[in-house]
Amino acid sequence: MSGAELAVNVAGLALIAFIVWWFWLSHGRTERAGAGPVEIVVADGVYSPSRVEVPAGRPVVLRFIRRDPSPCAEKVLIDAAGVAAELPVGEPREVVVTLPEPGEYEFTCDMRMYRGTLVAR
Amino acid sequence: MDTSAERTVRLSISGMSCAGCVSSVEEALRAVPGVREASVNLAERTAVVTGSAPAEALIEAVRGAGYDAAELTGLDDDERKEEQERAHYRRLMRQFVVATAWGAPLLAGAYLDWFPEFETVGGRLFWLATGLVTAAVMYYSGRHFFIGAWKAFRVHNANMDTLIALGTGNAWLYSMGVALFPEAVPAIAREAYYDAAAIIIGFINLGQALEMRARGRTSEAIRRLIGLQPKTARVVREGRELDVPIEEVGLDETIRVRPGERIPVDGVILEGRSSVDESMLTGEPMPVEKGPGDEVIGGTINVSGTFLYQAKRIGRDTVLAQIIEMVRRAQATKPPIGRLVDKVASVFVPVVLIVAVVTFLAWFNLGGEERLSYAVVTSVTVLVIACPCALGLATPISIMVGVGKAAEHGILIRNGEALQRACELTAVVLDKTGTVTEGRPSVTELVPAAGCTEEELLRLAAGVERGSEHPLAHAILEAAAGRGIEVPPPEGFEAIAGHGVRARVEGRTVLFGNRRLMEREGVDVSALEARAAELAARARTAMYLAADGRAMGLVAVADRIKPDAAAAIRRMHARGLRVVMLTGDQRATAEAVAREVGVDEVIAEVLPQDKAAKVAELQARGEVVAMVGDGINDAPALAQADVGFAIGTGTDVAIESADVTLMRGSLHGVADAIEISRATLRNIKQNLFGAFVYNTLGIPVAAGVLYPFTGMLLNPILAGAAMAMSSVTVVTNANRLRLFRPKGAEA
Repeated sequence: MSGAELAVNVAGLALIAFIVWWFWLSHGRTERAGAGPVEIVVADGVYSPSRVEVPAGRPVVLRFIRRDPSPCAEKVLIDAAGVAAELPVGEPREVVVTLPEPGEYEFTCDMRMYRGTLVAR
Repeated sequence: MDTSAERTVRLSISGMSCAGCVSSVEEALRAVPGVREASVNLAERTAVVTGSAPAEALIEAVRGAGYDAAELTGLDDDERKEEQERAHYRRLMRQFVVATAWGAPLLAGAYLDWFPEFETVGGRLFWLATGLVTAAVMYYSGRHFFIGAWKAFRVHNANMDTLIALGTGNAWLYSMGVALFPEAVPAIAREAYYDAAAIIIGFINLGQALEMRARGRTSEAIRRLIGLQPKTARVVREGRELDVPIEEVGLDETIRVRPGERIPVDGVILEGRSSVDESMLTGEPMPVEKGPGDEVIGGTINVSGTFLYQAKRIGRDTVLAQIIEMVRRAQATKPPIGRLVDKVASVFVPVVLIVAVVTFLAWFNLGGEERLSYAVVTSVTVLVIACPCALGLATPISIMVGVGKAAEHGILIRNGEALQRACELTAVVLDKTGTVTEGRPSVTELVPAAGCTEEELLRLAAGVERGSEHPLAHAILEAAAGRGIEVPPPEGFEAIAGHGVRARVEGRTVLFGNRRLMEREGVDVSALEARAAELAARARTAMYLAADGRAMGLVAVADRIKPDAAAAIRRMHARGLRVVMLTGDQRATAEAVAREVGVDEVIAEVLPQDKAAKVAELQARGEVVAMVGDGINDAPALAQADVGFAIGTGTDVAIESADVTLMRGSLHGVADAIEISRATLRNIKQNLFGAFVYNTLGIPVAAGVLYPFTGMLLNPILAGAAMAMSSVTVVTNANRLRLFRPKGAEA
């Protein structure tokens, strides 16, 4: 195996390791909810912020603002709280959730491609 | 984070009578966190609140202060949503046309050998220029994929955009690399894939546009429900009738509805009579007669007369809004069958990325002379053939259509789990009163003795019962009214406890009651005894009538069996279900009803509190049980059952009290719900099977596993087309459910 071939193989294996680490073993920055509603923008295939820390056991108002016209973005589901809300484009939609126990709870579109996490503490 | 976004909420307030009320409502509203300004208008009985507090918190605060409130709002404006969707569709189609208009000649030229080689100066310039134009086309037609992929990557997520951006981006980068440094690439691998990059982006846009159009049809049921609400209402204010937008109608306002008009909001009739067509909400085909004191539901049609009514529920509190909300919520839930897919979908894209890298390395190491171009082509093909959307769509899109279809038939399914369990049922338990029977007694037979007529018998019975409060008296008076009989007034009415009643009617002493009454008063009823026994055996309550000491006949009263109960039970049998009737009645009466409708088993003489235990006993015998009841008295049994069906008519039904709510009284609703559930689950399984097979076969084929046997590799353009069409296929299959018709009464 030549040096170039070795380099390609090592790069390929490193890329696989990076994929595993980036998508499964690490996560992004966590935003902390303030006093008012938590504003979450739905645009370009993602929720921003996608990871929000909220208090456990207290009602929290999530205000979703959908800017993404793709039909994939038209619903947000929070399974743990039994929430399934339709998000009209450009119109804020408020969802009140109470997460009883500390832990991580996902919110997603109905195809699970748009994903976010509520971290209850 | 910006948490200061504000909006204005308008509330209709009821129960205010003075300026003191105004200040206490304002005070309550201002105390809600997030409220910046609140002002109450006593004349209009409205409040305008500015701030970031949700409407629910404001309503709660007003109720806490001792008043009632509802948000002044119409149902969602569907027109705006449709316009947005049309605009998005047009944009996707433009992006498709531009990308394929550029990609198709490149593809044709490559096959027909029109283009120069990379090694010449002219050739290199040509390919560089082509690459730059392709980049511009990719920017116009596919930048949303690249932006989406980048944004998802930054938050440690990977989605459909990731696959498309990586697939087409790598194809373009490789081609530009060849154009810039042809000598760095083996001669045999000097290929450009600009055509693939452009055409794949075009196809994916086309697929998304077609999918969007097909998905629009899946929410037809909701659109139809929203369309039931009129835009305006004719409100009576200060003696004048005004047409006002539906959002302006307040609680307790008086509204006039003319023949042929839709009723704008829920309320109670004050004046006038009419028949109302409620079929759009309940599935009940016959119009319902309504008069003062009766409830009317917004969205139903006033068929004949004009009436005035008082608004009692507006905005999101109306029955129609609650139905829409429930259907929407149910449409977004998933049955257990969909949960495995969710797990697969959540790891799918990173797994495909790894497969693409492994494919690249495998071809790079084992691909022989053309290994570099093979490695690039196969890894790009793997990226663009994988379709997480088909997997993700398989369950929710069918649930959307199935739950909507059920709603069209007056069947509200609470969630996907109830829908799946309804397919697994083996036994249906029916509560007798109000479910198998009408739930209120009525006259079933008139047996006049010799020398008497049916009309005379009923007239005398109605006359004597006119002063009675007994439920059976109501049935007799109703029968008399139904035959147009003028009921004579009674004199000297006397109730004889445990026996019956006595009064003077038309100058004669009339006795009306059981056999013991006749014996006590020495009336000879021997000629009627055989007939009375025969009626008792058929679950009728037979009452004797005597005038001036002579037996005049028998009036049989029973809680009438619903006319379509037997047919509906036959449908349940045809679907392999065991049908059990549960009742607190005497065994003889229960068995008579059971024989008439054809149930398999009768559990009689059960106390209301023991019904749940009986359901549990059936479950212990291995049955998967549906319990059908009125949703109020049977609540514990409904909760114990695997699927609880609440059955009722129109506003009587407590929506959300059970897993499945039947808006009309017919038992056919149970069979319809089971048929729709089975059809929906079948559809989901087809979709899941298709999506799994597509991905599990498509990805290895794209990676080139067939190459050693056939010597052929999949063209990335074909892979892109397959990916675009796979989700369209799933949505189209789900749309087939729209054509499903439950067998209904004729089955």
